[in-house]
Amino acid sequence: MTDLYQTQRAMRNIRRAAMQRGVIAILDIGSSKVGCLILRFDDTEGLREMEGVGSMAGQSSFRVIGAATTRSRGVRFGEITVMNETERAIRTAVQSAQKMANVRVDHVIACFSGADPRSYGLAGEWELQDSVVSEQDVARVLAACEVPDIGDGREVLHAQPVNFALDHRSGLGDPRGQIGNRLSCDLHLLTVDAAVVQNLIYCLKRCDLELAGMASSAYVSGISSLVEDEQELGAACIDMGGGATGISVFMKKHMIYADSVRMGGDHVTSDISKGLQVPLTTAERIKTKFGGVHATGMDDREMIEIGGDSGDWEKDRRQVSRTELIGIMRPRVEEILEEARARLDAAGFDHLPSQQIVLTGGGSQIPGLDGLAARILGQRVRLGRPLRVQGLPQAATGPAFSSAVGLCLFAAHPQDEWWDFEIPAERYPARSLKRAFKWFKENW
Amino acid sequence: MRSLEHAEHRTRQAPRRDPAPSRIAYRLHRLWLTPFVRMALRVGLPAFVLAFGVGLYLADTERREALGSVYTDLHERLKNRPEFLVNLLSVEGASPELSEAVRNTLALPLPQSSLDLDLEAARARIATLSAVATVDVRVQSGGILQVVIQERVPAFVWRDAAGIWLVDETGMRVAEVSNRNDRADLPLIVGPGAEKAIAEARQILASAGPLLPRLRGLVRMGERRWDIVLDRDQRILLPVRQPVLALERLIALDQAQDLLGRDVLAVDLRLQSRPSLRLSPYALAEMRRLRGIIPAENEL
Repeated sequence: MTDLYQTQRAMRNIRRAAMQRGVIAILDIGSSKVGCLILRFDDTEGLREMEGVGSMAGQSSFRVIGAATTRSRGVRFGEITVMNETERAIRTAVQSAQKMANVRVDHVIACFSGADPRSYGLAGEWELQDSVVSEQDVARVLAACEVPDIGDGREVLHAQPVNFALDHRSGLGDPRGQIGNRLSCDLHLLTVDAAVVQNLIYCLKRCDLELAGMASSAYVSGISSLVEDEQELGAACIDMGGGATGISVFMKKHMIYADSVRMGGDHVTSDISKGLQVPLTTAERIKTKFGGVHATGMDDREMIEIGGDSGDWEKDRRQVSRTELIGIMRPRVEEILEEARARLDAAGFDHLPSQQIVLTGGGSQIPGLDGLAARILGQRVRLGRPLRVQGLPQAATGPAFSSAVGLCLFAAHPQDEWWDFEIPAERYPARSLKRAFKWFKENW
Repeated sequence: MRSLEHAEHRTRQAPRRDPAPSRIAYRLHRLWLTPFVRMALRVGLPAFVLAFGVGLYLADTERREALGSVYTDLHERLKNRPEFLVNLLSVEGASPELSEAVRNTLALPLPQSSLDLDLEAARARIATLSAVATVDVRVQSGGILQVVIQERVPAFVWRDAAGIWLVDETGMRVAEVSNRNDRADLPLIVGPGAEKAIAEARQILASAGPLLPRLRGLVRMGERRWDIVLDRDQRILLPVRQPVLALERLIALDQAQDLLGRDVLAVDLRLQSRPSLRLSPYALAEMRRLRGIIPAENEL
């Protein structure tokens, strides 16, 4: 645990150094595409001073100066399976983004959708020694949270304190300096498969990039595609990616639950490929061009040339009606949404005051998806697009880029995580000079 | 058959190119985007190559000398063009002796290029000659070096222990003469410090009109006042202040009473309120005899 704590702290320091230099790269490693955005931060000191949400939701401090996407290779279910291929894809994206930005980036913040995220809610309590809450008390209450058995080979990706309570007053954002007797906190812990993270780190290292932060793509696409009141009142974001569908639930501007379904648009494509006996690339083209989930009478008459390169005239001149295509796609989309529904139900989403669900990601562009989703997920469903950020090219403003854009916002305004707080004095190694110094500082 | 051939051709000719940059290309691109490297390659390297090449070329002594000789050759050729040659030295406004002295002083090897002439130095050298008041040196068209000289005009003959000099109105020596009678037309002044009070001497001479035929010279006494020496060894001792006024009074007296025609050795005007006369011994005795004053005869 301390090991992870140190790694995360190191990444935080790298991120801070990168912000000082003013340039940082965003890398969204998805199953269908690898996207790279390069951000330039204009005033780093203004960022610290800002209270609450700044102008333009805090995006005025950075600008996208380079953007590139490339077809993802060697990634399945949001996890790296063939490292060489993924490395090449990352190199392609990073190089063309660098070329556009005309600047060299060394620090990168990455997000990925797979690695089987699991969400835990933790609670901790601490009796205050003197009735004022100090930073040490916050550290101690975080340390007092009982960590569940997260399992072998898993790592903590996010550990965010979502709520502080002092005696009977709950919902405190920052309890420091307040007076009370008993401080308690709720912590949201997100764990992922350690091997996936290791692979990612290794892959970025081979590209001469330094990792300055990691995030779950479900979380960051929630940041970018949920509007402020949805984040405040409670909403779920369903990020329908290529290989995995991420689910994140937000409440009071904090993520309280995240999960992922290991199914996505690639499965729809492979269904089409199998059903129509066409190669995957053709299936992908047919899906994006003619796909849908609601068949109408018109669709019976709309014939799609599916073609082929076999040389057999009969095979190369095949046609299917759009209804048939929809008939192949719809069950799979329904399955994905039902799976997401099941995950949300398991997380207790129906107890939230607001039941808003936002669909985003590349898969959400299927025509008629909102109607289908409303049947499965409830009435309050909308299609989400990411926020607009400065300098983002028009081509990168679609819902497929919601996690990349969310990662930009995450880079500019990271959520306080467990490792951003101080270490409680008791946890310091013995004979630490720092500890003695701290004791002096507190008592004199 | 054709389509098969076509397909085969395509697979052989255009294998799907990997869009990903190779590791080396990626690293080189990143290196190129590094500001320091970029600067060094775009500015540093050309500058280095240029400096190195020039240095390499100049490292050889022969080449350096060749470059130098090319320069001097060009310079010589330009200098020796007939347009720049000076053939003649003309001296204007000077007496023949002085112009000879000027020629000797300059000692220019003519013909010479005007680019080599140092006119300022030549001017300074000519100005050292004592007979020259102002000098102007210029190169005229047609290859003539013109020296325009204004000579000092001798105004007095000044005799001191070292010799006899001609001095101009400002007291500067013009020339040495062997005999005072070489310039009998000029008045004589004598005594140390005389040349410093030339202006006063001129005023005295100007107002000494009636005395001029008898005047032999002016003597500077103790570097503060003038004596006028007339023939018959008569002296007029002028005061330090307002000598001209005193002299005019004396001349008026002389014209009224013919004072200087009498047997007087000196007229002492040093005290304005009490001018006094020094008579010759004979005249003194005679005057006393006329007045009936019998001086007491003593050994003195």
